[in-house]
Amino acid sequence: MCLAVPMEVKSINSELNVADVEIAGVKRQVRLDIIDYPASVGDYVIVHAGFALRRLDREDALETLKLFQEGLNFQFN
Amino acid sequence: MALKTTSDTLAKFKDPALCRNLLDRIRTELPGPLAFMEVCGTHTVAIFQSGLRSLLPEEIRHLSGPGCPVCVTHEGEVSAFLELARKDNVIIATFGDLMRVPGPKGTSLKQAQAEGCRIEIVYSAFDALALARKHTESRIVFLGVGFETTAPTVAATIKVAKEQGLDNFLVFAMHKLVPPALAALLQDPEVNLDALILPGHVSTIIGVEPYRFLAKQHGVPSIITGFEPLDILQALLLIIDQRKTGRPQVVNQYSRAVADDGNPKAREIMAEVFTVSDSLWRGLGRIPNSGLALAGEYQRFDALTTLGVEVHDLPPLPGCRCGDVLKGKMQPNHCPLFNKSCTPATPVGPCMVSTEGSCAAYYKYAL
Repeated sequence: MCLAVPMEVKSINSELNVADVEIAGVKRQVRLDIIDYPASVGDYVIVHAGFALRRLDREDALETLKLFQEGLNFQFN
Repeated sequence: MALKTTSDTLAKFKDPALCRNLLDRIRTELPGPLAFMEVCGTHTVAIFQSGLRSLLPEEIRHLSGPGCPVCVTHEGEVSAFLELARKDNVIIATFGDLMRVPGPKGTSLKQAQAEGCRIEIVYSAFDALALARKHTESRIVFLGVGFETTAPTVAATIKVAKEQGLDNFLVFAMHKLVPPALAALLQDPEVNLDALILPGHVSTIIGVEPYRFLAKQHGVPSIITGFEPLDILQALLLIIDQRKTGRPQVVNQYSRAVADDGNPKAREIMAEVFTVSDSLWRGLGRIPNSGLALAGEYQRFDALTTLGVEVHDLPPLPGCRCGDVLKGKMQPNHCPLFNKSCTPATPVGPCMVSTEGSCAAYYKYAL
């Protein structure tokens, strides 16, 4: 139950404070009460128990992967 | 492979070739035996499911700590929610994981439901509000389990209940806080661990600061870690590096999802609705300032006081060694009940009930 998964924001309803999110064909509506950084359509957010917790930082993810790449002489870009 | 989309980027964290390279480095650089503990059910499952556990050198020992919210829920709390379920005109709203957790004399919510108690499984605390709107003549009791990841979602729900005047919505707050449990664990002389893999999504909320004492006071390398195989392997390399240099630190490996100061907005909502209190943990007992109780004007949503139910410090279930498993003192398969009277179909203790419990994971992936 402590599972949290990254899902893509498909649409946002600010009035109801909810977003429609999707990953691998699974669609959910999530609450935006506790997310600290406003998410936009196309962003990935971490979803837990019906709430978006945080926006995933894609640039940061790429940085982490770059570290592996440089340290291990790997090519992907 | 071009990493054009976020989806591609995230998939790369499972890349087998990169994993093999990191594993090779771990094998080369490992200075000696290493026992690491994770304290998150999702890490437990990730380490088994990805096959990492079988690929790691034998000198690396993986321990699953008190990281599954269902597993750490105390015997007295289980007994109390079973009592709540039997109250007149009450509908229990719960995450599905709690349904089969055995209470005293082997009773469970599932059994209570079969006997006529009204129990609804919800995916989110927020779904319980819809029940409160639908059943205005009944009291809806949401069973609030979970760590810092889940507690803000429950706090936000209670705030909405207050705003919307849903007075028939109640919460049994059993939430638990991770850093005080880690402190209690490290003070136990029987617990032997060299390093900690810290829970990524708890950290999304609380950030890095609350863990500093792990390195400063206890000298334990501690890595906030993501849930993909590359994340876990990188965390192990960071631990090995710290052991070699002799400088234990708290490092945030999962920075794509964890800001150093966590999620202040979620913490504000949590602090408005809840106040820090002592809490009972299965296996660890009463830990000061390790739980959350309803605060101030939100106390009227407290299911225990409203319905007159108390939590008692009950003894462990007969023969159940979940407490020792949760402290990493006992591997699941060394429990005398494991795969005998205790299986996922007939669980004796909660570590075999929850899919994120270490006994259930061991049964599913390691047998």
